[in-house]
Amino acid sequence: MRERTEKCVVTFRTTAGAMAMECACKAAGVPGRLIPVPRSITAGCGMCWAAPPAAREAVEELVMKQRLDVDGIYAIIL
Amino acid sequence: MIYLDNAATTRPKPPGVAEAAAAAMNGFGNCGRGVHSDALSAARTVYDAREKLADLFGCPRPERVCFTPNSTQALNIAISGLLGPGDHVISTDLEHNSVLRPLYRLRERGTAVDFVPADRRGQIDYNDLERLLRPDTRAVVCTHASNLTGDLVDIGRVGVFCRKHGLLLILDASQTAGVFPIHMEEQHIDVVCFTGHKSLLGPQGTGGLCVGEDVEIRPFAVGGTGVQSYLETQPAEYPTRLEAGTLNSHGLAGLGAALDYIARTGIAAIREHETALARRFYQSVREAPGVTLYGDLDAAERAPIVTLNIGDLDSAEVADELAERFGIATRPGAHCAPRLHRALGTTDQGAVRFSWGWANTEEETDAAAEAVRTLAVEAL
Repeated sequence: MRERTEKCVVTFRTTAGAMAMECACKAAGVPGRLIPVPRSITAGCGMCWAAPPAAREAVEELVMKQRLDVDGIYAIIL
Repeated sequence: MIYLDNAATTRPKPPGVAEAAAAAMNGFGNCGRGVHSDALSAARTVYDAREKLADLFGCPRPERVCFTPNSTQALNIAISGLLGPGDHVISTDLEHNSVLRPLYRLRERGTAVDFVPADRRGQIDYNDLERLLRPDTRAVVCTHASNLTGDLVDIGRVGVFCRKHGLLLILDASQTAGVFPIHMEEQHIDVVCFTGHKSLLGPQGTGGLCVGEDVEIRPFAVGGTGVQSYLETQPAEYPTRLEAGTLNSHGLAGLGAALDYIARTGIAAIREHETALARRFYQSVREAPGVTLYGDLDAAERAPIVTLNIGDLDSAEVADELAERFGIATRPGAHCAPRLHRALGTTDQGAVRFSWGWANTEEETDAAAEAVRTLAVEAL
């Protein structure tokens, strides 16, 4: 398995919310990618946006500015 | 075959539509189920279609574009999810059964329903909206254009009426989406129900509803969503709220390609092309002996539909003759619009509907008009 590092993880209530996040990040040049939601956040299913910790501020700004449908933002080791 | 049954479904589809659907069948995983590249391809394509439709309909957010297999299901979801016992709703005699039957079913369960009547020419009087208004009126449900005659409803005017009285406006855009401008915010429309396979030029099995801000529709179906798996109820957030089960991402890939074609061509250019052909046909058959035309064919704007009868001939016989002898595809009989057939006096005879699409030509239109004139003379 790959080495674990800290990530800024954004979760969503819908798949469409995750897609909106990906589109917004790509357009704004904010790094990250969609991954399955880890169980340390919630047991279940769905996808989340995982970004380097340094991108947290940019992620939060994007979420606010574009009213993205976000469930939570976490700093976790993945 | 000269295909003039585009109000039933458009054929052919623009270049790229079938290819996109086929590529999706061979390359897509399931939208929202898993996060591998194939599942993400499906999810991205579905979201892209939401963005394009939100843009087309002036819908406030892509997440408020919810997909269904067709507009009938979209209308069922909107009507049953917004109205209930104790409510009063106004609709019109122009409606298709996809509006009428959900309303009749609501009526059996205690919802009061009134219809703006159509006269013998199939026209409605907008003043009837005020006349039918009651203290418990909650919504207006109406079509944007009659699928039988092609007459348009002045949706801007209906929207102003709804806004003035605090009513919801649920629009059936089955015959107009992609050809006539629709803007939810500017026209005060709360829900736009659309189908993908008619004037949006996409595959059958695609459709949906665009839901305005602050409009909370009770879910119709509940089930798998790919998110919030341990929740015992359907997630409350759009679009998942109204999308239980696997989406038709293959069809939606095709619809996305069709929306690209519409954006490239422009809805004004498509409208101009189709309505010019319908007008050309109308002008060519209007004086034919024994031909009765339905609707306001002199209106400045109307959907590209011309509906007629020849003498007292059964419309089924005329359509069969057109198909077998002249190779022209039309639709006869009743058109799922029973109230308007009654108003027009065509309950028994039905009517022959000619409807144009983006691919039809003047030559095809002239051949159809010539065939009608020939049958009209023979029927004398």
